[in-house]
Amino acid sequence: MMDNKSIRAALKKNAMLIILLLVYLFFLVLTKGSIFNPSSFTELINQNAYVYILGVGMLMCMLTGGNIDLSCGAFVCLLGAFGGVFMIVRGMEPGVSILLMLLIGIAYGIFLGFLIAYVHIPPWIATLAGYLAFRGLGTSILSSNSKTGSLAPFPVSFQNIFYGRIFPTEKGVFNVPCLVFGMLAAAAVVLIIFLSRRSRLAKGYEADSVRNATVKSVLSAAVIILVMTKLSLDGGIPTTLLWVAGIVLIYSFITSKTTVGRHFYIVGGNMETARLSGVNTRRIMFLAYLNMAVLTAIATFTVIARSQSAYADVGKNFEMDAISACVVGGVSASGGAGSVFGMVVGATLIGIINLGMSLISLDANYQRVVKGFVLLAAVVFDILSKKRDT
Amino acid sequence: MAKILLEMKNITKTFPGVKALDNVNLQVEEGEIHALVGENGAGKSTLMNVLSGIYPYGTYEGDIIYNGQVCKFSNIKDSEKLGIVIIHQELALVPEMTIGENMYLGNECGHKFAIDWNKTYSEADKYLKMVGLEESSKIQVKTIGTGKQQLVEIAKALAKNAKLLILDEPTSSLNEEDSRALLDLMLSFKKQGMTMIIITHKLNEVSYVADKITVVRDGSTIETIDNHGKEPVSEDRIIRGMVGRELTNRFPKRENIKIGDIKMEVDHWTVHHPLYPERKVVDDVSMYVRQGEVVGIYGLMGAGRTELAMSIFGQSYGVNFSGELKLDGKHVKLRKSEADAIRHKIAYVTEDRKGNGLVLSQSIKVNTSLANLGAISNRSVIDGDKEYAVAEEYREKLKIKTPSVEQLVGNLSGGNQQKVLLAKWMFAEPDVLLLDEPTRGIDVGAKYEIYCIINDLAAAGKCVVLISSELPEVLGMSDRIYIMNEARIVGEMKAEEATQENIMAVILKSGRGV
Repeated sequence: MMDNKSIRAALKKNAMLIILLLVYLFFLVLTKGSIFNPSSFTELINQNAYVYILGVGMLMCMLTGGNIDLSCGAFVCLLGAFGGVFMIVRGMEPGVSILLMLLIGIAYGIFLGFLIAYVHIPPWIATLAGYLAFRGLGTSILSSNSKTGSLAPFPVSFQNIFYGRIFPTEKGVFNVPCLVFGMLAAAAVVLIIFLSRRSRLAKGYEADSVRNATVKSVLSAAVIILVMTKLSLDGGIPTTLLWVAGIVLIYSFITSKTTVGRHFYIVGGNMETARLSGVNTRRIMFLAYLNMAVLTAIATFTVIARSQSAYADVGKNFEMDAISACVVGGVSASGGAGSVFGMVVGATLIGIINLGMSLISLDANYQRVVKGFVLLAAVVFDILSKKRDT
Repeated sequence: MAKILLEMKNITKTFPGVKALDNVNLQVEEGEIHALVGENGAGKSTLMNVLSGIYPYGTYEGDIIYNGQVCKFSNIKDSEKLGIVIIHQELALVPEMTIGENMYLGNECGHKFAIDWNKTYSEADKYLKMVGLEESSKIQVKTIGTGKQQLVEIAKALAKNAKLLILDEPTSSLNEEDSRALLDLMLSFKKQGMTMIIITHKLNEVSYVADKITVVRDGSTIETIDNHGKEPVSEDRIIRGMVGRELTNRFPKRENIKIGDIKMEVDHWTVHHPLYPERKVVDDVSMYVRQGEVVGIYGLMGAGRTELAMSIFGQSYGVNFSGELKLDGKHVKLRKSEADAIRHKIAYVTEDRKGNGLVLSQSIKVNTSLANLGAISNRSVIDGDKEYAVAEEYREKLKIKTPSVEQLVGNLSGGNQQKVLLAKWMFAEPDVLLLDEPTRGIDVGAKYEIYCIINDLAAAGKCVVLISSELPEVLGMSDRIYIMNEARIVGEMKAEEATQENIMAVILKSGRGV
């Protein structure tokens, strides 16, 4: 049977997941169950899509040595303004606009990456310039194109790509494709857990016990099916979920399985060692910031599609949300350690706190106070639980 | 018999699962230099940490009797109050601060609220004179060399009114000249009545300065040897105590030496300092290595050995290169790229394994595959099973002592870290290995194992360039020896002709007049 020690080890390993569960239960009581409504699930995903996407980009930057990008929030504002001009003022095709916005993102990423990797400007200074400049630039573009200072609405076809549903159904009508997709995903996860266990055993490596693998499979399958059932009751899979899940899966793979991903960890772990081992350290730094700018562009699409408009305050404090998601998710502030999965847990925790507080309609000022303390408490708990008996 | 200043009685210290010290006894007389020797992990540092209060009273068993009183230190301040001051192996100076600021760090002199800088600097200057430093205490620590920084550490200890000074490997980062100066300084302190404990791996230093030598092995004190006989205690005698057996040969015998053609050659190789481009760090060096040959490069610290090796390795150090590099007799187009050097099958195994050789926060597995990720990946996707298998293979081959290759490198002992570093470069499958101080700071047993690895590499037809500041090592291991001084190669000798005396003579002659 499971002895105390292995339970404790499991708890310690998943401390942040447990915190996540506790915070969720807390809001479940406080909101009298409304955080468990199907619409809350959709809301959680749509509202926080940008945290996951920017969080992935920020993770890659932080891995290289605790470097951050302060400019991403303001860049969302600037790109949003460009989007508004392209699609609303000029009436350009969404596809062309998306491409142009991506190109602007790539151009900024190349410029920023060049400054940081080849001119050796410290990242926080290089991105501070954008933090200051982009919102001003974005706001002035908006106000010169509109009396109200905001551009709306974006074309429906654009909204459908980033804020629509796959096989949409009316609310309350059960969406079968969504649940089928959920079951397939759950089956895939279970299959992966057992196949990797079998291949490890076949080669004589350490692997989870059957019981642990079963517990892991049942829990992850249950969570996936629960979420997808809820979404089935709320009109189907939001397209945002596909974007977020796609990015998260791709970057999980890159960070854990590819040589480039490994190089990010090595550069952050010891830059000199990386250099003397033949790693092109400048290229890695360059890629980190180019990648960040591209992901910022994708995050912008999800944000302006949801708000249906581009306005001066869009993207405010996004950089802090992304950094918090990473730090809460156990990404090392000095680089070289952290995972996409950890960041996703951190971002979800932040999302649940946000959603829960807006559901109980807490005053916006108190929301910030609560958020600050909950985040601090979560990290303190995580660190203390890891420290014990070492 | 002189008064016993310090007695540690039946000290036992347990960490979860490990008995680090088992019933250790140590007696130090007033006014003597007492050497503590033993392999890495034998328990020397733990013992000193118990003594200085880093492990507070109550976390260990046994008694510390200092000056006739039983001491119960709860932190390092308590022990310093009584004049027990420890100087750690890794220098604890802040490079950006002045010497004076460093010396009184945490011990600032002045009143409650303000630091008295005049007093700080005049006191600091006084102590600097005592250790023989001419520098003003107002200059930044980063502007003086490592040897002088070590002296500043000692001055800092003196400023704390040290009566019992503990030096943990004080010469590990010093060259021979500076080491000798430091040891002589210790001898002069002894004359003034200071008591000292020195921990060191360098046995020649032990027999030079120590009055008594206590050998620690596997957490127990094995014996205390008196060094007052007519003849100084021989190194072999100490080694026997440390490893518990007679090491008949400190250097393993080379078998089936097969030296082939010239593999790598540099001609008129000149490199300039990256910050002061007018200064030459490698000056018109020409040298070659043959297949299956171990070539030693001996020189004092600062002679340009590391700079030579690093500049050959993809120009990873220096600027304004000139000269020619040939591999297999063919000219190699020079590029400033480490990856390019690795492609040409050259490896540079650094002297600074923690600083630029390993990633301490990563596992043995990750470090082993680091320089040759391509070999375990398929279209840049890493094959995790293959990586694990490779790490296991090298763990076995190099006898890396660890429960698992998933262990973080930062948790390994120096000798095992060095083996991981070697594993990393062996896995990169180079033809030429530039080994820079491969045995620095590791114990006798691990050194022997590293020597065996070097011999195996040579027997497999690799070219080994062995850079070392330990003369016996160069003499014991090399087929041929280059002698470097002041950025130039000043001599070349076959192993049979080389002796300590004639190598030193070459260096001394080259230093003057030319």
